Amino acid sequence: MLKQYETVFIVTPVLSEPQMKEAVNKFKSFLTEHGAEIVHSEDWGLKKLAYPIQKKSTGFYNLIEFKAEPALIAKLETEFRRDERVIRFLTFAMDKYAVEYSNKKRSMKEPIKVEE
Amino acid sequence: MSTNQSEIRYLTPPTVEIKKKKYCRFKKNKIKYIDYKDPEFLKKFLNEQGKILPRRLTGTSLKYQRKVATAIKRARHLALLPYVTDMLK
Repeated sequence: MLKQYETVFIVTPVLSEPQMKEAVNKFKSFLTEHGAEIVHSEDWGLKKLAYPIQKKSTGFYNLIEFKAEPALIAKLETEFRRDERVIRFLTFAMDKYAVEYSNKKRSMKEPIKVEE
Repeated sequence: MSTNQSEIRYLTPPTVEIKKKKYCRFKKNKIKYIDYKDPEFLKKFLNEQGKILPRRLTGTSLKYQRKVATAIKRARHLALLPYVTDMLK
C-alpha cells in the first residue's frame, strides 16, 4: 500500500545554487528509482534559521511530497544522514487532512490565511 | 446590631466582570489541519519565551491542542521556530 509522505530537508548554505539543485535532484532521483511517485516539490530558497544548526544561520529549504512504500522511508533517512550537505530533515506520513490541505493550497497558489 | 442588617458594606466594591466565553478557533473556522510551515500562525500559541500556551488561555479544544503541539514541535525541529528565546513578540 502506498502512503503519502512529506519530507522537508535543509541543505547547507555553503553550496552554490547549482550545487544545491544537484543535491535536491539526487534525492528526487533516489525516490523515483525506488518506486516512489513524486506528487509535488517546492523550493523555499535560502531562509534564515531560528537557531544555528552546525554553526550555520541560514539554509536552503526544500520540500518533497511523494507516495511510497513505508519501507522506503528508512532508506531515505539513511541517505539523508549519509549526505553531509543535508543539515536537517523531517519526514512524516500525511493524514487525509494534510493531503486535503496541501491540495487546496496548491490549487489556490497561495498559503491559506486564517482570520481571527 | 440589628440596625444595619440589610445594608451590607464592602471594603472594596465587588467587581462584576462579564466573562467572554472562550472558543476553539479551529472548531469555529472548521480548520482540520494545522500547518507547521506557517510559523507566524503558530506564534499565536506561544508565549514570549517560545513556550506553548496552555489550553486554559487559548481556549483550544483538546483535540486541536494536541495537533498544535505537534505542529509547533515540527516547526522547531526544522528551525522555523526557536526552542528557547526571549522577546519572541
